[in-house]
Amino acid sequence: MSVNNTKVGWFRSGTPWVWMSASAVSISLVMVFGLLILIAARGLGYFWPADLVAMDYTERDGTEIRVMGEQRETSLVPLERLLDAGFHLEGHQGDVERHLLKIGNRDLYGIDFRSVIEPGVKNRTTPEGVIAIERREWGNFYGFLNEVKEAGNVIAEGDAAHAALVTRLERALILHDEIKHIEKIEIGAINYQLERLRLKQRKLELNNAFDAQHEQEIAAERAEEEKRYEVLQKKLMDLYDQMNRDSLTAVSVDGRQVEVNLAKVVRIFYPNEMTVGDKLQHYFMKVWEFLSDEPREANTEGGIFPAIFGTVLMVILMAILVTPFGVVAAIYLREYATQGPVTRVIRIAVNNLAGVPSVVYGVFGLGFFVYFLGGNIDALFFPEAGPAPTFGTPGILWSSLTLAILTLPVVIVATEEGLSRIPLAVREGSLALGATKAETLWRIVIPMASPALMTGLILAVARAAGEVAPLMLVGVVKLAPSMPLDGNFPFLHLDRKFMHLGFHIYDVGFQSPNVEAARPLVYATALLLVLVIVILNLAAIHIRNRLREKYQSV
Amino acid sequence: MNSSGDNQTAGLFTSEASANHRRRRMVKDTLTRYAVGVGGISVIIAIVLIFFYLLFVVLPLFQSADVEKRASYGVPGTAQDETLYLAMEEQAEIGVRFTTSGKAVFFDLTNGKFILDERLPIPEGVSITSFAKGQMDQGIIALGLSNGQALVLRHIYRVTYPNDKRQITPQIKYPLGEAPVEIISDEVALTQIAFQSNEEQTTFAVATDDGRLFLSAFIAEESMFDDTPELEQFTTELELSDSPILRILMDQDHQNLYVVDQNNTLTYFDISDAESPEKHYQINISDDGRNVSSIEFLTGTISLIVGYEDGLLAQWFPVRDATDQKVMIRIRDFDHQQASGNPITSIASEFDRKGFLVADSQGRVGIYHSTAERNLAVTELSANPIKHLAIAPRANWMLAEEESGQLQLWHIHNDHPEISWKSLWGKVWYESYPEPDYIWQSSSASNDHEPKLSLVPLSFGTLKAAFYAMLLAAPLAILGAIFTAYFMAPKMRNVVKPSIEIMEALPTVILGFLAGLWLAPLIETHLPGTFSILLLMPIGILLCAWGWCQLPRSVRHVIPDGWEAMLLIPLVIFVGWGSLAMSPTLEAMLFDGNMRYWMSEEMGIGFDQRNSIIVGLAMGFAVIPTIFSIAEDAIYGVPRHLSQGSLALGATPWQTMIFVVLLTASPGIFSALMIGMGRAVGETMIVLMATGNTAVMDFSIFEGMRTLSANISVEMPEAEVDSTHYRVLFLAALVLFLFTFFFNTIAEIVRQRLRKKYSTL
Repeated sequence: MSVNNTKVGWFRSGTPWVWMSASAVSISLVMVFGLLILIAARGLGYFWPADLVAMDYTERDGTEIRVMGEQRETSLVPLERLLDAGFHLEGHQGDVERHLLKIGNRDLYGIDFRSVIEPGVKNRTTPEGVIAIERREWGNFYGFLNEVKEAGNVIAEGDAAHAALVTRLERALILHDEIKHIEKIEIGAINYQLERLRLKQRKLELNNAFDAQHEQEIAAERAEEEKRYEVLQKKLMDLYDQMNRDSLTAVSVDGRQVEVNLAKVVRIFYPNEMTVGDKLQHYFMKVWEFLSDEPREANTEGGIFPAIFGTVLMVILMAILVTPFGVVAAIYLREYATQGPVTRVIRIAVNNLAGVPSVVYGVFGLGFFVYFLGGNIDALFFPEAGPAPTFGTPGILWSSLTLAILTLPVVIVATEEGLSRIPLAVREGSLALGATKAETLWRIVIPMASPALMTGLILAVARAAGEVAPLMLVGVVKLAPSMPLDGNFPFLHLDRKFMHLGFHIYDVGFQSPNVEAARPLVYATALLLVLVIVILNLAAIHIRNRLREKYQSV
Repeated sequence: MNSSGDNQTAGLFTSEASANHRRRRMVKDTLTRYAVGVGGISVIIAIVLIFFYLLFVVLPLFQSADVEKRASYGVPGTAQDETLYLAMEEQAEIGVRFTTSGKAVFFDLTNGKFILDERLPIPEGVSITSFAKGQMDQGIIALGLSNGQALVLRHIYRVTYPNDKRQITPQIKYPLGEAPVEIISDEVALTQIAFQSNEEQTTFAVATDDGRLFLSAFIAEESMFDDTPELEQFTTELELSDSPILRILMDQDHQNLYVVDQNNTLTYFDISDAESPEKHYQINISDDGRNVSSIEFLTGTISLIVGYEDGLLAQWFPVRDATDQKVMIRIRDFDHQQASGNPITSIASEFDRKGFLVADSQGRVGIYHSTAERNLAVTELSANPIKHLAIAPRANWMLAEEESGQLQLWHIHNDHPEISWKSLWGKVWYESYPEPDYIWQSSSASNDHEPKLSLVPLSFGTLKAAFYAMLLAAPLAILGAIFTAYFMAPKMRNVVKPSIEIMEALPTVILGFLAGLWLAPLIETHLPGTFSILLLMPIGILLCAWGWCQLPRSVRHVIPDGWEAMLLIPLVIFVGWGSLAMSPTLEAMLFDGNMRYWMSEEMGIGFDQRNSIIVGLAMGFAVIPTIFSIAEDAIYGVPRHLSQGSLALGATPWQTMIFVVLLTASPGIFSALMIGMGRAVGETMIVLMATGNTAVMDFSIFEGMRTLSANISVEMPEAEVDSTHYRVLFLAALVLFLFTFFFNTIAEIVRQRLRKKYSTL
């Protein structure tokens, strides 16, 4: 590059434009990595147990209160804006720091978060002995443990309370798990059986085949299930009684006392006394909970396991559907169809379908699969369930079918490309040795094209995993009562609705009543989704690069 | 191969076993051929199916109405009696005919068989002189009598299911009691009557035989002693011109009274205060001397449909003028039944759509929809004039009485009259709106709501979002592609390309979420900073480039050519951070500390938190990789000898780039832009989350929008299957489909041409 040292020459040579175009790349890269880092930082930070800071704070109207909470965010606010809002900040200069505190104790304050401005803060401390209680309702509690009660009578107070609490909480958690098991699995199974019996009877009635013998049989079965149910119900009541036995009382930082039943406690910890090691342990425990547990409190707390599970299952079903069709279509187009204007048009059409907006596929899926196919399947095979739809309503089968159609072009295009890269000589060699076309295809061409096929499939899976708009129409829900795969025959329930990571992000981030509290969880979910998709894409890129190298040598 | 142990090579191919084997292989080969063929073709058909299914759902929207004659019979009851009014019940099984002799005759609609007749409690020696309909869905009517009294009655139908079979029993009820109420004390015939009735109030407007006009309201007063409310009557005489009255019409809210006389003058009275009605204005509603022959309210009782003596129809409704006064304005005409000497004889409004049926003196019936400006059918029922016309509450049947006393029952198949090309894509003047406008408002809380389904605001929003996205994406992606394909060091290219591919794969729900919850508040609080980035970034880059070129060679050669992009990364971060950091200071200096406030006060610019900047940034981010990849491919594919030739002739690299490489690759860049545009148009989640989703038509960068795709995903789950709304949403999907398909096809064809060109260069 020859650099003229006069300004005009420098401009005329176009060098500044080269730099400008370089900057476009830099800006794009900064945007991508900035976004990834942003999500990662926010998503990973969510699990860290931050210290609880207590402070005296002077409110806008001059009243003084004591607040305590986790310091989440700090931003600079222009002084004018605060003065406009009615703060008394006479004598201040420049911008003012504003902190967002997670104060918890929603039962006391009505909100989880509040912001404080730095000039109003006095006596900032990280007090010792602060307990953080994760509860099943009302969010976290931050305060000081007072006493532990059993059936309303105080058992332990003050320093002794902690030891008593730990053992009793352990007991309550075991009971809670037991109750959950009974409610979810055993009673769930009974309800499923009862529903099956109802449908069986209805079906027989519809066929006019419901006679005394059937009636007896069904009644007997039903009685048996109901008996089992009663036993379980009794056991449950008993367990509930036991679980509700203990409670704790704690005092919030402004001196208000709260009684929390141990049945409502998930875990307790003392963030200000934890060492880094303790915090790390807590951190990974929270990560595990996030990955493996069910959501609590309208999806704003707890884990996202059902969403992960739903996404994975839907994607697997989609892959099973899309692979054979995509591959067959690609083989047909490349190996069997006569190459002419018609195949060219088809190829263009297939290519274009990849650019058709995903929501259009959703509309098609809803109209054709759900209402048309599903409605007819219901009328033909499930008249006994009517008027409640079985397949005539959005569900996981229709979702995976819709996404299969959506990703079909991706698989076809990738496979075709793989097929076209196989040198003609290889094919001709096989044919010359006497193999039929089918044998050549099966033994030579497809194995050679399989990495391309894999690439296509991975890209399809990555696209399907991140797609939300069509799913909103054909089967995703914010909270699925039961998983599409469970212990009840026939185990895989294709008609059920499911939860999905992408939709979870949309729903919790935008439809949740408590957005502020839910936001960190959304970042964590987004991080998970991004990780999955980035890994899948990197895998696809890697396979493709290896493939290219391989054929360069052929 | 099967080795038989035989040493004869020939045996290997001729033995029966091998022949079988070969046959099997051949069969397998053929089977595969067919299986692949069938599979491949069916996949292709499935893809085509998408288009045809969308079209299949959309098409019924544009079908005209089908009418089909189902029965014809002589009038039930006494044929000599004149018919006053014909009506049908909800299921269209039973019809009712009120006669001038004071009878209500219920009959089976399918065959005209008499079911029940009820003599109305009209005093001896008194005859019925006028008749009025109240709210149609209530089945309430009033009869004006010759003695200054009026009788209010409802025809209602009780549905029971004895033995699981539907049985409908007709009934007549008298909401104001069986005795007629006295409107005026003089014993004078009521020649015209209009009335409305609800729980609290019943209002009559009557014209008397001696040419006077009265307003009489019965207002329920809570009685102190028992539960039955007492009615208090207020009667006022209204001022009137001399000419005889043709028709009186009162709206269902007891607010407006329209009196039309035979000189075609419409007089408007504000009767919201029943004790002191006010006369507001008079206008002539004749059209070039045409006389009014028939006039009727549309459902909702806001619009009037006026039928003239030559078959012309016009819709009038009140519009607020510049002085905030309501004035009747002629909104639109329908001339489909226009012919000389062919007066409109009867108009029947649909119960819950803004459609109506019109009968004329040539025995023809037309089906219309007012806001869609649509004539759905004109059918000749008979050669005789049609005297009475009734429509079933569900608008699927009509009953017409010929002058000869014959009744005809027709089935109407008219599911989507409210959709026309004009109502979807043109400005429509809706009732209670000051002017014609493009409006999308598919549902609302009130029941009387008329869906307003203009696709224009949504298409506008779609294009606006795409425009702002392209504004960011096109320069960045194309410049980036130029640098990556032509100037960048191969090693860095190996990092950049996968990074961009990952950028493409990022789920849009994540981009939308970040745009809505992180970027939108950030930009709102750092507005001056955001704009200063636009200014400072190019300046910073140029300064940096100049500075770098001034450095001594030894320093410059540490980093070889092609790594400029890497050098610039810290600068980009620094400028971005710096701009945002100085934003509060800038805001304090230039905009009194609050740019939003300053904008709305000083410039009159509204500001949404989730506005087009946010959408542009987020969707631009999503579109950059699409454009980048295709443009980069096109530039990279330009044969090297072209650029090398140019360089050899002394052009600088940038000159070579612009005049040789870019020119050759320009079709590829064009197709990249097309495909990027297609993606921006169809993107759903980002616009759903990063805009306020209000269907406004405003190009301001500080306002949001509602796009076709976001609208589909919001409204589709609530749309009732096969309803007009459902089909219009399908139409929106079809529009998106066609739009993207069109752009992508152009792009694809251009690309294929380009590829061919490269291979010959």
